[in-house]
Amino acid sequence: MNFDYNEEQQLLADSIGRFIAKDYDFEARKKIVASKDGCSAQVWHTFAEMGLLGIPVAAELGGFGGGAIDLMSAMEAIGEGLVVEPFLPSVGLGAQFVARGGSEAQKKAILPALIEGKLKLAFAQTERGARYDLAHVATSAKKAGKVWVIDGEKHVVLGAPLADKLVVSARTSGKPADAKGISLFLVDRAAAGVSLRPYLTVDEMRAADVVLKGVEVGADALIGKEGGALALIEEVVDFATALTCAEAIGVMKQANDATLEYLKTRKQFGVPIGTFQALQHRMVDMVIAAEQARSMACLACAKVDSETDPDERKRLVSAAKVKIADACRHVSQEAIQLHGGMGMSEELKVSHAFRRLTVIAQQFGDAEHHLERFAALDRS
Amino acid sequence: MDLNYSPEELAFRDEVRGWLNANLPADLRRKVAEYEHLTRDDLLRWHRILAKKGWIAPSWPKEWGGTDWNLVQRYIFEEECGYAGTPPLIPFGLSMCAPVLLKFGSEAQKKRFLPRIYNGDDFWCQGYSEPGSGSDLASLKTKAVRQGDHYVVNGQKIWTTLAHYADWIFCLVRTDSGAAKRQEGISFLLMDMKTPGITVRPLILMDGGHEVNEVFFDDVKVPLENLVFEEGKGWTVAKYLLGHERMNTGRIGASKRELAKLKEFAAEQTKGGRPLIEDVRFRDKLSRVEIELTALEITNLRFLDQMRRTGQPPGADVSMLKIKGTEIQQALSELMMQAVGPLAQPFRPSDGGDGFDSFAAGLAPRYCNMRKTTIYAGSNEIQRNIISKMALGL
Repeated sequence: MNFDYNEEQQLLADSIGRFIAKDYDFEARKKIVASKDGCSAQVWHTFAEMGLLGIPVAAELGGFGGGAIDLMSAMEAIGEGLVVEPFLPSVGLGAQFVARGGSEAQKKAILPALIEGKLKLAFAQTERGARYDLAHVATSAKKAGKVWVIDGEKHVVLGAPLADKLVVSARTSGKPADAKGISLFLVDRAAAGVSLRPYLTVDEMRAADVVLKGVEVGADALIGKEGGALALIEEVVDFATALTCAEAIGVMKQANDATLEYLKTRKQFGVPIGTFQALQHRMVDMVIAAEQARSMACLACAKVDSETDPDERKRLVSAAKVKIADACRHVSQEAIQLHGGMGMSEELKVSHAFRRLTVIAQQFGDAEHHLERFAALDRS
Repeated sequence: MDLNYSPEELAFRDEVRGWLNANLPADLRRKVAEYEHLTRDDLLRWHRILAKKGWIAPSWPKEWGGTDWNLVQRYIFEEECGYAGTPPLIPFGLSMCAPVLLKFGSEAQKKRFLPRIYNGDDFWCQGYSEPGSGSDLASLKTKAVRQGDHYVVNGQKIWTTLAHYADWIFCLVRTDSGAAKRQEGISFLLMDMKTPGITVRPLILMDGGHEVNEVFFDDVKVPLENLVFEEGKGWTVAKYLLGHERMNTGRIGASKRELAKLKEFAAEQTKGGRPLIEDVRFRDKLSRVEIELTALEITNLRFLDQMRRTGQPPGADVSMLKIKGTEIQQALSELMMQAVGPLAQPFRPSDGGDGFDSFAAGLAPRYCNMRKTTIYAGSNEIQRNIISKMALGL
């Protein structure tokens, strides 16, 4: 047993931590959010230089050959800095489909460029009415001679406005909720028939609804086997969920640190409000929630890296996500409440942490969704 | 024991409900239902419709325009407004400044301000909280020094709701910094927002909305005639307001409307191809809130009945209603956001906005915004302090 980061993981944590403290403070972040793209090319370039973009990619393609555990510390730092650059959609999701399911040609065409920071991906999956059900894919891909023609509409595609290519799930056979018949395609974001409705998300990232209308892609755009993509989608989404759990730890740390500092410095009735027992106990409960969440983030990251039984992996990632979602709600709501009016102001970083935690609580499935999946996979 | 309204009360409720349904403009109803921003004009338009009907200030004495309704009728009216989804009646003039003037004001002050409040000619805001004085209001520092026929005011207020709409502000200011008890050096002052030296700075909340402000006072000259009651008696005035009959702090009517909307909305969302409302996990959460709301409504009616029979002001009961009422409002806003699942993530379009689902996108900001309810008007922690002190003697 050893819960410490190894030397390489710790070095990465330190360098990202330093970068965020120095170049990604709250003011810098505010400017990035308000910029046209909502993403800094400079920051992305720095991530590439640090090797961050290649950690979960095989060494022979220029990566580090690591997993979620290797990214945990980086995700924590990203969380603490409330980084809005599309690391999760591009590296945590998009690159994983190519790395785990792509052909050699696809890997070579995409991953080295992605690692160098020259290419970004996004994952176009969610559809209206799907909620968190990954098998709910109504977007269709039909064979027409040598090409596939894709038609459908995807919602909340995180990072889509910044992506060069989209990984699109589409149905090549069967009905909307069938487990079989889902395929994955690489689609140029700028391809004819692809149109985006871009927006800022609640947690100040860029996303879009994507309409695909008669989009033609070649046979080489298919990732993996035709009709058999659900298992890969579940695997990659579990991986991204584990990363998000690690990110949540960092966001909660920000919220808890800020709240603790506020309790120590804010005076009312002549004393710091942290001397009131009613508030002390609530602060303690926030810290306990964050500790429990950290444990479950460790579990999720370890399992997505090493668990070979998909059902067991899914069950434990769900267990982690339930705890993380509950902790996100608890910590975010209490952080605002204990800050009083100041917590409501957009001028304080803690209100932005609140917004990120609110999204994480629902991202890749809320507590109810994961409770259901956890219970359904119980084999005892 | 009878938990029901009397036939007369029911007839009154139907009359109010019927009138509201017929007279609430459709565009205002829609704006409220879709959580849209209400402009000063929106608020004043509804104010004037009610003023014209004679229902804008039910609790005022009849000579000033009150309706002569009893306690239960006033409660019914307020809850029906919430249930119908009318724009809120901004309380600062109607139910804060006016009751103070009626109780403590001079005849001249009443004549000068009350008709204008009634008609919506003056928009009022409240200057209480300061950066260093929130829950501990009596520590406020904004200073008013008497010089000849006026006070000179210097200092700062914060969280001043709708100060950017306001024509007038009533403030608690410190007129005597040497008073033995700090509460004794506080006075209640009325100020014209156009007076030189008053600056309003917006405070944007985390949902991106502008509803509160900082207000700065820099050598602001206020005529002595704008002092309410006696100098140094501002705390008495403020305490009177706290104990003033406020029986709708639970906001039952508004929450009932939100609950009905949530049910309707959840029936339109799907989970696994079925309406979300049929999902046991979601349904249970919704039912729990509904039961909480039922308990609160009956509690509210019990307090109301007690007040009617004893004639005693509500005291710590109001705190209980505030705590439970705000928790319910927050729970409803959270369930509404959870009902759309991943589609709650969009916040605002980054170009154009064509095809942007602004209703779904408004649900998370609304959830963010509702966090204020357990903080404002005496945080729920302060409300618990009040109950433990006043009701339990702890």
